[in-house]
Amino acid sequence: MTTNELPREPTELDRLVSAARDGDRPAFDELVRRTYVDTYTLAMRLTADEEDARDVVQETYLRAWKGLKGFRGDAQFTTWLYRITANTAYTTVKRRRRHRADALDATVEEPVETRIDAQPEESAEQSAMLARLAGALGQLPPKLRVLVVLKDVYGLSHEEIGEELGISVAAAKVRLHRGRKRLRDLLYDDGEHEGREHGKRWDRAV
Amino acid sequence: MQCDEVARLLPEAVEGRAAVELSVQRHIETCLRCQVELARYRKMLRGLQLLRTRYLEPTPGLLGQTLAALEEAGERHAMRSVLSGRRLAYAGAIGGAAVAAGAAATAVIVHRSRGRRVPVTG
Repeated sequence: MTTNELPREPTELDRLVSAARDGDRPAFDELVRRTYVDTYTLAMRLTADEEDARDVVQETYLRAWKGLKGFRGDAQFTTWLYRITANTAYTTVKRRRRHRADALDATVEEPVETRIDAQPEESAEQSAMLARLAGALGQLPPKLRVLVVLKDVYGLSHEEIGEELGISVAAAKVRLHRGRKRLRDLLYDDGEHEGREHGKRWDRAV
Repeated sequence: MQCDEVARLLPEAVEGRAAVELSVQRHIETCLRCQVELARYRKMLRGLQLLRTRYLEPTPGLLGQTLAALEEAGERHAMRSVLSGRRLAYAGAIGGAAVAAGAAATAVIVHRSRGRRVPVTG
């Protein structure tokens, strides 16, 4: 038995990426159709603002189209797109902070009904808890939220995150640490009796 | 090692044993309070990983607007290419005309200066 990985068969997405890199606009449009829900979801999780998320999606694909020739294909196209989305969202959030200083403390509760892929095997309690987790994520300060989303939800490395956000790996680790701690406090320590109840329910559900 | 010290390290400890020092690991193994706290972080991390596959429904019209923005950007780019091509052509034409005018002016001056020369005869 060998441990060498067999070369991966090119997927339909790979073929579209290859065509789009050669300047095929319809192929790129098809890539947009196939990935925009994922991109929007990431943009929403990063910005916690619907209007900003829409802007981020449009800007992401404009940047992707312009930069597609530079995409070497050594990473997955979706990961490459996540990185552009992260960079665009981070710029958008920073710009918004300059214009709307009060938005820093803005909290966004994610409406459960916006989810479109409720898993059939998922209990109602677990669904509610995931919505609560998403809501708590939206309550994190943007600088911390970006780290938790990119690392813990999307699995990007500290190096990739640092590169896209223009921060050092050490800074990325510190912010991730603070973000996780704040998120834990939001889930388990928010309020007296009610907070403890939420914490208990969270414990049971996940 | 005290629980408070360990609690500060738990956000890293959640990534696995290698993420924290041996002394922290040993404390966790013997401290129920820290084990409960670590279990909470683990559950939180598991929940975050589950969120990866929970998509949000985009607001209506986002796809159409995104494709339209790409189309518009493509047209702007094409327009800029045409304009920069034309600019080059104009610049070439103006340059050519200027060279031709310069050459003509030089020829006239040379011709006139030759005409003014009066041959000195004995």
